[in-house]
Amino acid sequence: MSFTVPANLEAEIDELITHYPVKRSASLMLLHALQEHFGHISPEATQWVAKKLGLQPINVHELVTFYPMFRQTAPGKHQIKVCRTLSCALGGSHKLHEHFCTKLGLDPHAHGLQTTKDGKFSVEFVECLAGCGMAPVMMCNEDFHEGVSNAKADEIIGGCR
Amino acid sequence: MPQEFKLILKHLDNPGYTPDIECYLRHGGYDALKKALAIQPKDLPDGKKASPQEQIRDDVKLSGLRGRGGAGFSCGLKWSFVDRRSGKPIYLICNADESEPGTFKDRQIIHKDPHQLIEGMIISCFANDVKLAYIYIRGEMPKGAKLLNAALKEARAKNFLGKNILGSGYDLEIHVHRGAGAYICGEETGLIESLEGKRPYPRIKPPYFPAVLGLYMCPTIVNNVETLCNVKHIVTMGGAEFAKLGTPNNTGTRIVSLSGQVKRPGYYEIEVGKATIGQLINDPAFGGGLLDGRKLKAVIPGGSSSKVLKAGEKFKLKRKVEGKDVEVETDMLDLPYDFDSLQQAGTMSGSSAIIVIDDSVDIVGALANLSEFYAHESCGQCTPCREGSLWMSKTLHRLTHGEGRKQDAEYLVKIADNIPGGKTICAFGEACSWPVQSFVAKFKDEFVAKGAADEERRAKEATTGKKELAAAPH
Repeated sequence: MSFTVPANLEAEIDELITHYPVKRSASLMLLHALQEHFGHISPEATQWVAKKLGLQPINVHELVTFYPMFRQTAPGKHQIKVCRTLSCALGGSHKLHEHFCTKLGLDPHAHGLQTTKDGKFSVEFVECLAGCGMAPVMMCNEDFHEGVSNAKADEIIGGCR
Repeated sequence: MPQEFKLILKHLDNPGYTPDIECYLRHGGYDALKKALAIQPKDLPDGKKASPQEQIRDDVKLSGLRGRGGAGFSCGLKWSFVDRRSGKPIYLICNADESEPGTFKDRQIIHKDPHQLIEGMIISCFANDVKLAYIYIRGEMPKGAKLLNAALKEARAKNFLGKNILGSGYDLEIHVHRGAGAYICGEETGLIESLEGKRPYPRIKPPYFPAVLGLYMCPTIVNNVETLCNVKHIVTMGGAEFAKLGTPNNTGTRIVSLSGQVKRPGYYEIEVGKATIGQLINDPAFGGGLLDGRKLKAVIPGGSSSKVLKAGEKFKLKRKVEGKDVEVETDMLDLPYDFDSLQQAGTMSGSSAIIVIDDSVDIVGALANLSEFYAHESCGQCTPCREGSLWMSKTLHRLTHGEGRKQDAEYLVKIADNIPGGKTICAFGEACSWPVQSFVAKFKDEFVAKGAADEERRAKEATTGKKELAAAPH
């Protein structure tokens, strides 16, 4: 399958590159833009970014492998990220994570990214989301949720279906 | 009774206060910028002239403002280190990579009052002859990035940004740059590498002091969100007035992020040093006390990297009484919440994030949680940190999963002691060691007991052939 970036996205990307005196600086922003559109960063996407910015593919690939937010395989349509770090752990984030996993038929004891068979949801633990005062906190795609009880978690899942 | 003192948080939680520019302008927004741009060159007694930029920089120095990101370094001094003679452009970066566990103050400003940050930034850029600046926001705040972009667009439309700002002849552009989930990007040289489109491996100092060799090897200022907001207020009220807030050498206000096991966790702005840790935890105006029936066990006073304080711990604080230096014995709850007192207590106020831990918590488990964070976030550049953070995390994992050993406590300290002290390029080495050193030193019995119990159980299992421990979760 050939890799095509839609014209409007490419225009957006070309504009992003103008923000920097050195093109390479735009690489994270480009990866974000592509991941938002395609769901993950494929080897083709990496090649495309490298070509766009006049870099070697390894210069881009090393970013994809380093930064936790970039994914090399497609996650679920709705990505649930539960904060794992101390304040949220004290506030019940392990129970919340377990609740999501049980509810969605995933392993409650696995830490890393798990995706449901239908590809609709993925659940994972992430590190501090900077919402410690209203623990436990989580994200569902771009939405940030505070003080998430099991009932609220069910609502969030319900809202995704 | 200590009270909240809302300088930066003045409006943002008020009903009807919205993050758009019209609302900000109705609340006196951008008046400080207008004031800054209208400053005239001043004649000095020695016959020289002080430019408007120099006057603002002097005022920031006079204000005593210390960085709100974690290190508490004087902002005025940081600005004074900038190499202004190199002929290279000077860059300013707002560090909005708020990632220190426990901290959630910058999130409030970015999401609820983005123009306050932008105004502070524009003034700071003007004062430092910066023509291009960036806001490095953490990747996990996509909405914040959108809000900031919208706010920047509004500011451009009103000519607070762009070419010839308000007819002053000053040009400035600010862009939002998103991180992608790496804690190390909060370290300023790591942040700069990341902004250059690389892995965020921190740079070694010397020679890479950002003030001289920062972004694109040009002089660069990296300031925290709250610090930049303060600059706006310094211009509004004057450095001397600002310095009257708080306590000597700990001026202004600070937004304290209070989390963990208190009745009213949240963010509270106080005059620096005008409330104690105990008041922040127990006062009805702040944390409102511990949960019913619980006792205080420990307090992490300045973000997860700061050394833990044990309930009942006493410190000798140096104080001036009637002009004489005396040492005053102070309980940890009576420590004034400021930079210097906490430093004297062997810890730090860091990013001003207090995490309260009560007696229901397994202290070994709490440390295991933090160590897992540091093991995940070490960038891997320096061996002591890359290996050490992982060893500590693995040791704590076994201690919390029934596989502990009596000597694990000593083993942990041995690893932790071998990471910091100039063996690593950046302060992450310290950051991952301090919790381990302090938790184990102050709660050693619990660590030893846990390991001993595991050993005993395993010995019994070996003789009976029966497993007694069900698989521990996570």
